[in-house]
Amino acid sequence: MSSLKEKLNNGSFVLTGEIGPPKGTDIEKHLEKAELIKDKVVAVNVTDLQSAILRAGSLATCHLLQQRGIEPVYQLTCRDRNRLALQSDLLSAWILGIKNVLCLTGDHTSLGDHPEAKPVFDFDSVHLLKASSILNSGKDLTGHDLDGSPNFFQGAVVSPGADPIEPQIIKMKKKVAAGAKFFQTQAVFDVEQFGEFVNKVNGLQVPIIAGIVILKSAGMASYMNEKVAGINVPDGLIKEMKNTEKSDIKKKAVEIAARLTRQVKPFCQGVHLMTLGWEELIPDIIEQAEIS
Amino acid sequence: MIRSITQLKSEEEIDRLLEGLMRVFIVGCGTCVTLTHTGGEPEVTAMNESLSKKGKLITGQTVVPVACDNLTSDMLGEFGPQMDQSDALLIMTCAFGVQTIARQLKKMVVPALDTLFIGKETGPGEFNEVCIQCGTCIIGETGGICPVTSCHKGLVNGPCGGTDNGKCEIDRRKDCVWTMIYNRLLDLGRLDSMRIIQPPRNHLGEPTPGKMILPEA
Repeated sequence: MSSLKEKLNNGSFVLTGEIGPPKGTDIEKHLEKAELIKDKVVAVNVTDLQSAILRAGSLATCHLLQQRGIEPVYQLTCRDRNRLALQSDLLSAWILGIKNVLCLTGDHTSLGDHPEAKPVFDFDSVHLLKASSILNSGKDLTGHDLDGSPNFFQGAVVSPGADPIEPQIIKMKKKVAAGAKFFQTQAVFDVEQFGEFVNKVNGLQVPIIAGIVILKSAGMASYMNEKVAGINVPDGLIKEMKNTEKSDIKKKAVEIAARLTRQVKPFCQGVHLMTLGWEELIPDIIEQAEIS
Repeated sequence: MIRSITQLKSEEEIDRLLEGLMRVFIVGCGTCVTLTHTGGEPEVTAMNESLSKKGKLITGQTVVPVACDNLTSDMLGEFGPQMDQSDALLIMTCAFGVQTIARQLKKMVVPALDTLFIGKETGPGEFNEVCIQCGTCIIGETGGICPVTSCHKGLVNGPCGGTDNGKCEIDRRKDCVWTMIYNRLLDLGRLDSMRIIQPPRNHLGEPTPGKMILPEA
């Protein structure tokens, strides 16, 4: 049984972390990052060629986490695989003991480091969720019986800061209908906007895990505002980072992440901490956010 | 009218394709490539001058009215001998024109253009793709706007997380088609059709290469 599912089902406020596989084969230091937070989070997401940049695979990395007693959330995108490969990888993941899967569309190939690659997108995220649900029921997508079937706890993503928000919500409802059991969100910085979003989707009765991205510098915040869709770092936060001495920047990063966590907590069922290599700060964030 | 939208290949590529071919006959087209300024009279003449400077012998040039129609006997009569004298035909038309000409003449053909998409001139000098001929049209439920063509990911169930302020994350000059569809359906009072879960695309709907034979009447 997925611990993530168990905790969400019994109403605990969950904490999840995230690591990215290496660009290359030197995976040990990435696994060590996960070891650092092992006892602080219920599960660790592993990204799937995030930003369409070539890296080692999410599946193999999830397997290694599993071996170390860390529960993985297998991120799976529709960018690089057609429906045969997606279903096959889901079956493989279950065989390897992976219980949680996060179904994403995937960033477009043209944004990554192999921009001439063929973007697949045979499925969209709704189809992928549906396929996972169907595999769970013991069939494949075209109705053939499976010889042994998975029982994934499958999640999806949503961008609460997108403008307009209604098309996102329409798609979110489709994801629920297709079998999404939890949602992780794009990074939240504007808590008021996040609260309004949650009020609009409350009726769905599906747990929402708010995305918290650690701010490493004022420059990073401005960059995200300009380049990353759906992210809106308020000027106040950027100013706060700007006015912080370099030596205190990690302290400030912890303070902001903890504050955001505290602020979003009344609206959601957990937070997904994206610490971008600063995983060692997670214990401090948790302490300051006063989440046991 | 729907058009074949083309772009001139790089000089290096054309030079490479013409390597060892000294005598060249150049063909342009009076239709789509004239509109896009990639293979009309001025471009064919400019190509003639440029290749001549590089030492090629241009045996002749012509701009046929519609290169994707069969060549007329008049045209073959007038330019036949010049084409015969050439080592290759450099075709400044879309790929349909190149293939139509290749089918009719026992001559080496060299395309000078890349065919980008089938589209429409939506503003002065602006061309947009309108249909990728997927064979499984869903625009009856998307307000007559095609997401399979106009979403970079071809998504059929709504926008991805890369949309913001009505624009697409991969090209801020491009509108997010799902925002357009949403606005249109909202205007028409038909938002319910956006709530339908569209199935994955049937790629048997457009087996490549496409072929259709009309049933006999």
